Amino acid sequence: MITKIETKEEKQERKLVIPGETVVEGEDYLPGDFTRKEGNEIIANRYGLAEISGRVVRIIPISGVFEPRRGNTVIGRVEDITFSGWIMNIGGPYTAFLPLMESPRFVNKNNIDEFATIGDVLSVKISNVKKGGIDLTLKFRGLGKLESGRLIKINSHKVPRIIGKEGSMINLIKDKTKTEITVGQNGFIWLKGDIDGERKAEEAINLIVEESTSSGLTDKIERFLGGNEENDS
Amino acid sequence: MTYKKRLDGREFDELRPIKAEIGVIPNADGSALFAFGKTVAIAAVYGPKPLHPQHMQDPERGIIRCNYNMLPFSVTERARPGPNRRSKEIGMVAGNALSSVVDLSRFPGTVIDIEILILQANASTRCAGINAAAMALAHAGIVMKEMVSSVSIGKIDDKIVADLTKEEEDYHEGEGPTDIPFTLTSRTKQITHLQLDGKIQTHRFSEAVEAAKKACEKILDYQTRALKGEKIDENEK
Repeated sequence: MITKIETKEEKQERKLVIPGETVVEGEDYLPGDFTRKEGNEIIANRYGLAEISGRVVRIIPISGVFEPRRGNTVIGRVEDITFSGWIMNIGGPYTAFLPLMESPRFVNKNNIDEFATIGDVLSVKISNVKKGGIDLTLKFRGLGKLESGRLIKINSHKVPRIIGKEGSMINLIKDKTKTEITVGQNGFIWLKGDIDGERKAEEAINLIVEESTSSGLTDKIERFLGGNEENDS
Repeated sequence: MTYKKRLDGREFDELRPIKAEIGVIPNADGSALFAFGKTVAIAAVYGPKPLHPQHMQDPERGIIRCNYNMLPFSVTERARPGPNRRSKEIGMVAGNALSSVVDLSRFPGTVIDIEILILQANASTRCAGINAAAMALAHAGIVMKEMVSSVSIGKIDDKIVADLTKEEEDYHEGEGPTDIPFTLTSRTKQITHLQLDGKIQTHRFSEAVEAAKKACEKILDYQTRALKGEKIDENEK
């Protein structure tokens, strides 16, 4: 199956490949992300879309757990409190650590949970990914505690579709449902608004996830949200 | 009486109607269904995720934890739910068959959980389970060198046959039944799993290996098509 996805400059053909499949044959190609070279062949190491840009062949993952990278803005939930900070679940292979020093205001060491306690949801940035674990920071604009609202989870590889080109999709949902939405790159999405707005926003997000491979999605979502609004009024 | 024709009328190297599909379990990171005729298996993959208890963690690589389970309604007489001697053994064997193609070095100290459930059993359940699990692993975006495909090759009386049914496993005339489940890798055709239940002459064994290679080639084609988005159900025809 060949999936066509429009990129900014041009239409590019991307082929869905499975592990162990030969993506392309020839001396000229170089193995990129998730590929290897055996003799003349470039072989996929992972399920995803194969993209050939110039001489480099790489695989764009379409499924699987979130892989944390430095600089990712994610949403996490406090799982545990230690003497020196908060342990957070951000999805993915490891739990992450938010040091006490990152708190925006003074926190009494004997009373760490006055800023965030177990079960609280925070939007944070990944400051470091090392062998021992993941470190988080709050020292950027827009980060901090997310109070009330609800948290939903989607596959992290669908996040670019939820956001759309320059945020077109997410802004559309925000406007139409009058809901505050924060999307973490780990696929955790926090919604806050009135009950109907939250519900509609969640439905729209699930629709995008289901139909993430089809084109003209922004129009479809606009119709979906617009139609509902007319019925309600 | 020799075994001239298979009990269900198939050719000696013919597989039962195959059913294959991915994404059957929405809450899993990857999932798949694989069926040989009346043998139906589903598999779910979760992870890589943090592993607890901590003493099970390997600081150099992730580990694979594979569970195989026959559901109570999968067989004619209700199976008592929960793990038993047989399911623990098959879980271990299936995990070993799969772990040799998976790159576990990327996330040390984590676990990849594989759950294989047998919805309906009519022989070759471990093969259907391994096929489903291989597809589920790929679907979960796990980095793998290649795929694996699994098939049971049998010697019924003196004939080498592919993909046994329960009736064939119980065929006790002539030389009797022999069941050899194979798991082969997709590119290099190496054996990652082999069991033997029964008896077979040494010179006939290489025939069985050749039959397994041929059958796995066909199974790989179904797995590939299912992973590329096709819903395969040969029973519908």
